[in-house]
Amino acid sequence: MSRRPASERLIETFIRLSAGVAIAALVMIFIFIGKEALPVLTSPKVREEAGLSKLFLPQPPAAGKPARFSWQPVSKVPKYSLLPLFVGTIKVTLVSLLFALPLALGAALFTSEFAAAWLKEIVKPVIELLAAIPSVVLGFLALIVTASYVQNVFGLDFRLNTLNAGMALALAVIPVVYTVAEDALSSVPNSFREGSIALGATSWQTAWRVVLPAAFPGIFAACVLGFGRAIGETMIVLMASGNAAVLSWNAGHPFRSLSATVAAELGEVVKGSPHYHVLFFIGVMLFIFTFLTNFAGQMFVTRLKEKLTGAR
Amino acid sequence: MNRRWIDLISRAFTALTGLACATLVLAVAMILGHVAYHGWAGLSWKFLTTAPRNGMTEGGIFPAIFGTVFLVVLMTVAVVPLGVSTAIYLREYAHADSRWVQAVRMAIQNLAGVPAIVFGLFGLGFFIEFVGKGIDAAFFGGKLYFGQPAILWAALTLALLTLPTVVVSTEEALRVVPRGHREVAYSLGATRWQMVRRVVLPQAVDGILTGTILAVSRGVGEVAPILFTGAAFYLPFLPTRLNQQFMVMNYHVYVLATQSPDIDATLPLLYSTVLVLLLLTLTLNSAAIVIRSRLRRRMKGSK
Repeated sequence: MSRRPASERLIETFIRLSAGVAIAALVMIFIFIGKEALPVLTSPKVREEAGLSKLFLPQPPAAGKPARFSWQPVSKVPKYSLLPLFVGTIKVTLVSLLFALPLALGAALFTSEFAAAWLKEIVKPVIELLAAIPSVVLGFLALIVTASYVQNVFGLDFRLNTLNAGMALALAVIPVVYTVAEDALSSVPNSFREGSIALGATSWQTAWRVVLPAAFPGIFAACVLGFGRAIGETMIVLMASGNAAVLSWNAGHPFRSLSATVAAELGEVVKGSPHYHVLFFIGVMLFIFTFLTNFAGQMFVTRLKEKLTGAR
Repeated sequence: MNRRWIDLISRAFTALTGLACATLVLAVAMILGHVAYHGWAGLSWKFLTTAPRNGMTEGGIFPAIFGTVFLVVLMTVAVVPLGVSTAIYLREYAHADSRWVQAVRMAIQNLAGVPAIVFGLFGLGFFIEFVGKGIDAAFFGGKLYFGQPAILWAALTLALLTLPTVVVSTEEALRVVPRGHREVAYSLGATRWQMVRRVVLPQAVDGILTGTILAVSRGVGEVAPILFTGAAFYLPFLPTRLNQQFMVMNYHVYVLATQSPDIDATLPLLYSTVLVLLLLTLTLNSAAIVIRSRLRRRMKGSK
């Protein structure tokens, strides 16, 4: 073995090292974004303007006025309340899931359980093509094309509203949910279906009472991963949300999300200012949050595989 | 419950799932149809080969196409060797169940779920502020060369974003190579690398190609990671060096859609740009789907 040429050993070293890159990347992302976010917790100068209490508790806009939650980082007295951004993010995510989950799960059920083989061959790639549409294109369509239409149909006061942005966001979430759910349903062994049909169940009863429960961890994983995708998506929300940091749960109002705030403001911020550090702090939160949803999603997929293969 | 009722309800719910499916197919068709209908008229050789004029309300998108190609080529050069060799490690070198392998797999899956905007922050914090400024301090006496948004940093940021895509596709292809082929290679006295190089890799070309194409498609589409790492609003020249900024199609769409002084004049250009972008990503993805289905068919055949 020791007589192998040096070039071969070099290549093998590269191969072994390359495997570490993914782990290193994750750790470095955390470190390098965390490093810029840390002054929010540690630097007295930054904390005075944008400490944790300023980010999460209501603050009076001026002396003597009642305390409020507001995000106005560029004003004489900068205000950094993250609450409007949280509400905006959660609001649009819920709206998008309201559209995405029934459509994606229904379509997954149809392609895996009811569709003829030839139909599946056509439908599945077409739905997967949704994933190929860049999010900036979906944002463009939501901003230019569907916004006025949605406003008129639902009689809303604002052209750029949460409902419209949520529907566009749903198109980005659907391929994620569909692919994972379809995978989970297809991995249920055929013997389950045959047994159920043999007992006299209809194909719908089989799908609903046998296949769906068997694939449940995978279906749940699909929902969780879709949720993570919706929280982190940036361009659609940046273009179609109106970017108004108002504290409102109304789906007819504009909003401002965490991700869009970073995208819109980081370009113009002074490096090292409290505002700059707060934007990285938002980045850390997005990172941790999507990390957790991904982790949970994977856990459920693994559980599904164990369940179906009988392995422990 | 009556058997007929059960049948009726079953049919109704089955039809509902079919409706969901049809809605999605229709949505894809409507998006493509709408963009093609409005964008087709403005699409011409001149549009593809000239620069924007008159505050980007006239002219073409050549600099954006050039930047997109330049960016994606750089990204591919970085991500393909890295992704392929990671997959080779996982499939051919490591013990399948070791803790380390599980950790690597988990990291790859998690990396795939990190939001694009977080990659953008990382590109700024790591590549520009740390690596770029470090290079400037070490080699250029602190003068500004690499410590600024540049096509190199944007490409490397995208390479990290697309790494999981390449790894997963390559691994899938490696899995298809029959065990027997490897054993024959070993029995003839091949070293592990010789076996990988001469037996496994040639059979995995389809999978590597699929991964590369999907990565390129993703790279062409993502805006958020390049927002702060190098994409330019407008440039009067084409980038020729690695430390220059660049125009790029997807960011161009964002700029035209949100910052145009005269949206009515810009709209035809905008539609045509979106059409070019869509044609590019959809062609790439369709090609990937075709290659992959060929691969899957072979996988079924080999069982």
